Amino acid sequence: MENLSYLFSFDMLMTILRLAIPIGLAAIGGTICERSGIINLGIEGMMLLGAFGGVLGTHLTDNPWMGVLMAIFVGGLIGLLHAVLCIKFKTNQSVSGVGINILATGLTVVLTRAVWKTDGISGQVDQLPSITIPVLQDIPFIGRIFVNQSPYLFITIAVVAIAWFVMYKTKVGLRLRAIGDHPKAAETVGINVKKYRYVAVIICGMLCGLGGAYLSIVQNNRFINNMVAGRGFMALAANIFGGWNPLGSFLASIVFAFAQAVRIKLSINIPDQFVQMLPYVITLLVLVGIGGKSKGPEALGDMSD
Amino acid sequence: MQMNPKRRATLNAMLSNLLLSMAAIVLSLIVAAFIMLTVGYNPIKAYLALYDGAFGSVNAVSNTLSKSIPLIFTGLAFAFASKGGMFNIGGEGQLYVGALASTAAAIALGNAPRFIILPAAIFAGMFAGGLLGGFVGVAKAKLHLNEVIVAIMVNYIASLLTSYFVNGPMKAAKSMTAQSDLVPSSALFQKIIPKTQLTTALYIALAAVVIIYFFFKKTRAGYNIRVVGENLFAAQASGVNKTMVIILTMGASGAIAALAGVTEVLGKYGRFIDGFSPGFGFTGIAVAVLANNNPFGIIVTAMLFGALDSGALKMSYVAGISANMVMVIQGLVILFVATPQIVQWMNKKGGKKLGKS
Amino acid sequence: MIAVEMRNITKRFHSMIANDNVNFMVEQGEIHSLLGENGAGKTTLMNVLFGLYHPEEGYININEQRIDISSPRIAYKLGIGMVHQHFMLVNNLTVLENIILGNEPGRMIIDKKESYKKVQALSNQYNFGLDMDTKVSDLSVGIKQRVEIAKTIYRGADIIILDEPTAVLTPLEVSQLLQILLDMKKQGKTIIFITHKLNETMEISDHVTILRGGKSIATVSTKDTSAKELANLMVGSEINLEIKKQSKECNETVLSLKDVKLLPNACSSVSFEIHAGEIFGIAGVEGNGQQEIEEMIMGLRSCKSGCIVLKGIDITNLCPRLRRSYGIGYIPSDRYKQAILPGFTLVDNYLLGNQYDKKYVTKGIINKNYLVQRAKTLMKDFDVRAVDENQTIGSLSGGNQQKLVVGREVSNNPDFVIACQPARGLDVVAIKYIHEVLLELRQQGKAILLISAELSDLFQLSDRIGVLYKGTMMAVKRTEEYTKESISLLMAGRKVENADEP
Repeated sequence: MENLSYLFSFDMLMTILRLAIPIGLAAIGGTICERSGIINLGIEGMMLLGAFGGVLGTHLTDNPWMGVLMAIFVGGLIGLLHAVLCIKFKTNQSVSGVGINILATGLTVVLTRAVWKTDGISGQVDQLPSITIPVLQDIPFIGRIFVNQSPYLFITIAVVAIAWFVMYKTKVGLRLRAIGDHPKAAETVGINVKKYRYVAVIICGMLCGLGGAYLSIVQNNRFINNMVAGRGFMALAANIFGGWNPLGSFLASIVFAFAQAVRIKLSINIPDQFVQMLPYVITLLVLVGIGGKSKGPEALGDMSD
Repeated sequence: MQMNPKRRATLNAMLSNLLLSMAAIVLSLIVAAFIMLTVGYNPIKAYLALYDGAFGSVNAVSNTLSKSIPLIFTGLAFAFASKGGMFNIGGEGQLYVGALASTAAAIALGNAPRFIILPAAIFAGMFAGGLLGGFVGVAKAKLHLNEVIVAIMVNYIASLLTSYFVNGPMKAAKSMTAQSDLVPSSALFQKIIPKTQLTTALYIALAAVVIIYFFFKKTRAGYNIRVVGENLFAAQASGVNKTMVIILTMGASGAIAALAGVTEVLGKYGRFIDGFSPGFGFTGIAVAVLANNNPFGIIVTAMLFGALDSGALKMSYVAGISANMVMVIQGLVILFVATPQIVQWMNKKGGKKLGKS
Repeated sequence: MIAVEMRNITKRFHSMIANDNVNFMVEQGEIHSLLGENGAGKTTLMNVLFGLYHPEEGYININEQRIDISSPRIAYKLGIGMVHQHFMLVNNLTVLENIILGNEPGRMIIDKKESYKKVQALSNQYNFGLDMDTKVSDLSVGIKQRVEIAKTIYRGADIIILDEPTAVLTPLEVSQLLQILLDMKKQGKTIIFITHKLNETMEISDHVTILRGGKSIATVSTKDTSAKELANLMVGSEINLEIKKQSKECNETVLSLKDVKLLPNACSSVSFEIHAGEIFGIAGVEGNGQQEIEEMIMGLRSCKSGCIVLKGIDITNLCPRLRRSYGIGYIPSDRYKQAILPGFTLVDNYLLGNQYDKKYVTKGIINKNYLVQRAKTLMKDFDVRAVDENQTIGSLSGGNQQKLVVGREVSNNPDFVIACQPARGLDVVAIKYIHEVLLELRQQGKAILLISAELSDLFQLSDRIGVLYKGTMMAVKRTEEYTKESISLLMAGRKVENADEP
């Protein structure tokens, strides 16, 4: 009974949001990338490099915000790599993603050793400080959200809103959606398909980097080998489950986070692995249920133009 | 030399593929060396130590061979599916369920004699992997789902499921770590070289290579798979049942990948240990692509990756760089080899720089 | 004013001349039909006009000004728009979104209100009757086409080219489209439509230009001509329609189709029979149901209504393998995509279709020796020129590839052979060879279905010919009962009784 009331508590809500942020950011990155027609299996690796970048940036400048910028930069760089491989050199997109994951796993460990002399674990760095927003904190009921809150929550909500708005209300978004479905049609009306794809994949990398940094300098205060722990693939699943839609991706991330939060906070005796499995089982059921008509971009992975 | 022109053509093709693969490796080593220099390590020292660690002694060589065994299986599995035009990215999940199934079967058959327990365990593992692969095949053939996405979901579900079992119901009593009971010794592969990890599983791997080679060369089933991969319409017009081929090919691929798990459990560890695979399923993709899906080539590329893994420790010891540098090299190889055009492009640029024609 | 003037246009693709010194002129505000059979060069000419191809020779005047049309972008700036045969529509977007794509009102944010206003006005002006918010994937083919037309007008096109617009439409949709085109003409648009259909040409066009074999043959005023005359011009007089083979007695029915519906928008279903020792030809412009017949007989496409009977056995729902086992030889229409394995050796290609034959494969293992022997024999018997049997088939010429396919398909002595466009892409010598093979099979008492777009082939080989138009059999007659005119009229959609009507 007390569990039930806890379920609807503020604390629970915050826990869910906190768990959802990294997955959600990466999922939206995946949405944007796949909407341009490019498969990205390397989200896991991009997040990992972002996590590392966040710590490295903070370490070098003693400023966590610099860490965040570094993470975004690193993520964008890897995004550029994936983009060049897939667009210019027509690599098999799945294989490229796998390669990026392996590369990222190895590179982050090599670099932590180079900088901090310990294989896979960095030194401690400052975390991104929580903030309290003066006026908004006085609003009844929801004012608590603005007290001692990680800026990431607001950044994430902004990303969701902006991504959704751009995709469905602006020219850029319309053209992006057209490219993912029928690049030839977009080409014939004069849209520069290549440029859109490059930008989309780089933005994906940047968002993944941003999400990765959350894991290292907000939820934690250092980089630990393999700290993304499969969240990148969960983000992939969230994108599919959410229907290749920024809002949907974020809501799907919340659903996945909900399962994890339930297990952590309510000490219900379900084995950890089943909770971790949930996102994938749900996504698989959704895929099977919708059958061949999964709502993904029709020309996803097709570079024949 | 006077040669039959068609033979010359095939040889030329093979040669250019070989050159392409070698170029990918060389480029990766060069880029990796560059990274090492940037971070402050000596690449020459590192590579020498790497080589020494991989091939420098009998122990080192047997280590290298032993580490290449699971990669031969996952590489074969990927290549097998590729012949049919399919992408089996589910090797990781398939090897985990294969490992678990064979462990469970071996433990369950406890006191049975070796000639029953070992084949049964192997078969159980292959069956489990085959089911997983077949599931992805059904999703592709009947539901027209993208096999990559489905396989990734199944990978995680399968790995987590096995992790659950080994942390719970199958956990060895009184054990601190997440591992199963020891498998009865009658179910273990024997060591070829004592005090190393190299077992007779190597023979199984080599046998698999030969069997698969002849499967595609001589059997109708192999022919049908190749035809489906080459021209689906012509295949169907000739009477091939597309659905059956897709499902069975993915199933067989899963069964082969499962052997990677089976041989690790019954050969190297003697029990199922949670998370024992450092990503064999994914590295196997690189092994196959680098070998251009040729079974015999896979032996070579698997050994290359095995050598990287086995020499890593010595390299980190001697040159001070993290052992994970080999993962960087592996990642680079995958990126380079997946793109023949990169290699050609760089060859052109490199050739120009060196003043070659 | 002359809206479009194309002079001395020559366009080559390697050694093939698609447009040979073509002259083409369209007056402003008229509907002009570009008429001709497959391969006459119509689409190529329009692709030149639309800026997709660059001609080797010749020049173009638009609105009496000399212009170099180097890309579709330039074409659009000049007011030229094209509606292709394969629609360039994004399925998951709405009608509105598809039309404004690339030219959306507003700066960064799409001005939804303005978009609605503009496009709705357009739809009203031309009576398109479009619902702005419907997803394109939910539309019928006819409406999709209107969206495509609307796209071109929205982008400012005054000269609109339509490539075989009625090929995919039902009869009702066709009359709706023709009405729309007439409305557009009233609004001052200039319309060029590429077609092989006489009905539409006669119904709405002001002028007709006939292309044949890459050359412009004639331009006539529609009201001064007749369907018969147009058919003559389309087909030309060089066709050798002599019948060289001897007559034969016809025996039992080997293959029959009864009430088979080929195309979803066909007026009626198709029924015909083929007898032993007979070559039954199907004439018609490609895209009128030939692919469907081919695939339904082989079992590669489901036959939802009607039945197909082979040697007395109902094969309508049987899988391809079983059908083959009853004795069918299949020479597909698209050799590269359907008949061969491009990267495989000749030997491996000879195995295709024979994998379930006990002589070739015993207990799942391929009898390499037997296979190689057969390959060698067939290569010799059918004159396949290659270095040896281990060569890759992709390196063979088209003619040799076809000879391999033909040899492979007839070598097992099937009672029924279906040969689709067998002479396509072959040189004269190879064509002659294939002809001889088919006649020999006929002599041996096989039943042969010959689907071809080449009238001369059909006339030389077939005992009887059926004419296919829009999934309907317009006529089935003995070859000698056709005249050049009558058959080309039928191919272009005119029943012979109406031949004298304008």
